[in-house]
Amino acid sequence: MTPQILARAREAEQDRQSRLRDRILCCTVAGCLSSGAGAVRRSLEQEVERQGLGGAVEIAGTGCMGLCGDGPLIRSSKRDLIYSKVAPGHAPAVIAGAHPAMTADHPFYKGQRRLVLANSGRADPERIRDYIAAGGYEALLQAVTRMTPDEIISVIRRSGLRGRGGAGYPAGLKWELVARQKSPVKYVVCNADEGDPGAFMNRSVLEGDPHRVLEGMVIAGRAVGAQQGFIYARGESPLAIERLQTAIGQARNERLCGERIFDTSFNFRIDLRIGAGAYVCGEETALIASIEGGRGQPRPRPPYPPESGLWGAPTLINNVETFANVPAIVANGAEWFSKIGAPASPGTKIFALAGRVARTGLVEVPVGTSLQTIIEDIGGGVPEGYEFKAAQTGGPAGGCIPASALGVPMDYDSLPAIGTMMGSGGLIVMDSSTCMVDIARFFMEFCMEESCGKCVPCRAGTVQMHSILERITRGEGDPRDIARLMELADLLQNTSACGLGIAAPNPVISTLRYFREEYESHIHARRCPAARCRMHGEAAA
Amino acid sequence: MDLNRRPRLATAWLGGCSGCHMSFLDLDERLIDLAAAADICYSPLMDIKEFPEAVDIALVEGAVANEDHLRDLRTIRARSKTLIAFGDCAVTGNVTAMRNLFPLENILEAAYGDPAVVRALSAPPDPVPRLLGRVLRLHDVVEVDWYLPGCPPSADSIFEIITAVLAGKKPPGGRKFGC
Amino acid sequence: MSVHTLEIDGRMVTALEGETILAAAEDAGIFIPKLCAVEGLSAPGACRLCMVEIAGQNKLRAACLTRAAEGMVVRTETSALREQRKLLVELLLAEGNHVCSVCVVNGYCELQSLAAALDVDHVRFTPRYPARTIDLSHERFGLDHNRCILCTRCVRACDEIEGAHTLDVAGRGRTARIITDLAEPWGHSESCTGCGKCVRTCPTGALFLKNKPAAEMKKDSGFIRQIIAARREKIWI
Repeated sequence: MTPQILARAREAEQDRQSRLRDRILCCTVAGCLSSGAGAVRRSLEQEVERQGLGGAVEIAGTGCMGLCGDGPLIRSSKRDLIYSKVAPGHAPAVIAGAHPAMTADHPFYKGQRRLVLANSGRADPERIRDYIAAGGYEALLQAVTRMTPDEIISVIRRSGLRGRGGAGYPAGLKWELVARQKSPVKYVVCNADEGDPGAFMNRSVLEGDPHRVLEGMVIAGRAVGAQQGFIYARGESPLAIERLQTAIGQARNERLCGERIFDTSFNFRIDLRIGAGAYVCGEETALIASIEGGRGQPRPRPPYPPESGLWGAPTLINNVETFANVPAIVANGAEWFSKIGAPASPGTKIFALAGRVARTGLVEVPVGTSLQTIIEDIGGGVPEGYEFKAAQTGGPAGGCIPASALGVPMDYDSLPAIGTMMGSGGLIVMDSSTCMVDIARFFMEFCMEESCGKCVPCRAGTVQMHSILERITRGEGDPRDIARLMELADLLQNTSACGLGIAAPNPVISTLRYFREEYESHIHARRCPAARCRMHGEAAA
Repeated sequence: MDLNRRPRLATAWLGGCSGCHMSFLDLDERLIDLAAAADICYSPLMDIKEFPEAVDIALVEGAVANEDHLRDLRTIRARSKTLIAFGDCAVTGNVTAMRNLFPLENILEAAYGDPAVVRALSAPPDPVPRLLGRVLRLHDVVEVDWYLPGCPPSADSIFEIITAVLAGKKPPGGRKFGC
Repeated sequence: MSVHTLEIDGRMVTALEGETILAAAEDAGIFIPKLCAVEGLSAPGACRLCMVEIAGQNKLRAACLTRAAEGMVVRTETSALREQRKLLVELLLAEGNHVCSVCVVNGYCELQSLAAALDVDHVRFTPRYPARTIDLSHERFGLDHNRCILCTRCVRACDEIEGAHTLDVAGRGRTARIITDLAEPWGHSESCTGCGKCVRTCPTGALFLKNKPAAEMKKDSGFIRQIIAARREKIWI
């Protein structure tokens, strides 16, 4: 690949697509596939053939358009319309443009700002030409041929991009740390070990736009001086793995990764490593141990991976969504990016909106958008007949927020202040039928099962916290249980060896903070206010 | 309370081997001092059937293994000002609670072999108390004021804890489980 | 080699470059509770008992992992740290099946004596009574998982000193356990050299010599330091 070939490939593909009468893109990621997108796509292809529209109407795949709860979703690129809940029988109407559709000013899309998901509904994740036609690999070209590593890092730093894995560490700083290390061998690692229950942001990005992540990684490699990258993906996301393999093969064939990228002396190879599904492997040192072939458990920090990571070499680890932000930042500049979102946390964030809300799916909004806007405007609010009770953000490491805190801006600083966190972007809306003690018990069970077992507070503390919560939900709670829970929560936060144990008490702490009366009702009145827990001695419902 | 009244001391024996009481007897000549300082009003070493009222200090040996223990412990708690978990079985469950590793039926089967006996013991006739599904520690059932671990606690440590509690002081710590 | 001066519990203490707070404290005769760290083996930072306060840092640090630095002010014994350590020991006691009175190392167990030192006279948590096994397949050694606290001293002694790496950890969380080779009976292990370093360094009765009375089960991890010194000095008496 040379600059000229890239430009020609882009123009040729754009030209080809513009000459089509329509290009109908079917969502081809896990959510819609599970609601029958595969059959819809086949029926569209058959209908095109039946009507003899071969060269005029093209059926292609595309990434997540967000409204997963109303899938399968399909987009007509010429009409710029999105069709929801499409069935195979709707194929003729969709092709004719006669099917009821949503436009871009639909409330679900209006409040969103799609940067990372920009190609979703527009490009086919299995075709590198689609990515190139959408301007893909332009940023890499710039980074490799027109920018020094220092310049790339400076752009990332000035952009204000913060790590999207949960902690929000400034990406530019991390890149700089790795770049500064004097080592002949360095690594870039993409953390795709997304394990929060109900979270599928990273998976959707990998399934829907894998080249964006690859491009971000190669740019990072160039910036920090690495020649090898690894993507640590979950074995439970086979489709993401398949898409990544396809994309890596295509990029290598086009010399966009691998050897002599853009005919320069810059080499950067990307390999996939498949995890076996341990949640703790999302913790960076455990992830490193796992890539090395060891037991997936955290190692003491310091040293931090930028100094000593994979096989002791300086290692840059960023999350999928962080890398996916990089190409647009390099292409459009730090200024552009820093103006989006909140001043201290620029850019956008993808949330997996789930639970008791009218519209569920993936939403990408400027960082700092209020929880209220996401739930009410984009998500359509809690359906009639149900009453909002709480929103859970940040997965097992996060917390539950009551209605009174709905105005909170979703950013890396405001959420911790009210006892929860951004996390990787899970967002579950709960109504009055949800018991908050039971929710705390659920997340504690998750942490207990996922604890690696290395340090005592996490291994044994989660077991005891879970057993106390279980006792309370059984109606056998003891008046001292709340104090015991708080004591253990403190212990885990202060003494656990890694983030899993440190954050494990968060759901308990936040539910105790906002919904303490529910605990008290279980313990003293032996009554579950949400009527969800079956109390001891109570007849089966 | 009658200020001249000698404090009333009781010792009780639930699910344990009585080793703690043997250690109590090892107080030897100090038993005489103890008898002077307190009225030993109830003990398995004495022939009194009913746990008395208005006990000041109760030392309870053994874990809670059956329904009689459960009832007795509650009575002891209700009638005693200070309750001391006396020895490892009372404090941790110890050997008595080792059966908690197995379902009760398996334990009975292993012990008696005869299915008829096992059935009978699962719903025993009076006065044989029914075994609890799981052996409990004292503080699983009632509030415990002080803990004296040890299997058995040494006579010295027994003397020290009783003297301390009689004097209204915090008993010395640093006691080991086991021996 | 450069030397640092720091303050531990109000005392001025010197530490060699690279030395941990734990080592510096021990050299000065200051006792910090620990169950996983052993001089001469890598420190996993697993038991979390040696967490200490360092002035100017808002997080507690594991003394076994944190290097002593010039001017550091360390507190190893505050009421909060003491409460935390008690909780950790109680968690360990509730987690396994620890019955001191019938244990082979009764009287020599580090968990038992640490509990006493920390005034843990009862356990507030519900004992778990996990179903665990005992491996008696080895000719001379026994492995009783009921008493294992997963400090991994045995794993590290076997790997780092003996070089056999017979022992490792399998499973996660509450199901994590020590295994020999590929989770085969110890007696079938072809990698085990029978050196017994694992048994000597085990702080509890989880690893023991078969057919020995408790009185002969006194353990001592100090031999690891001696082996390392002997290898370094090439003195093998």
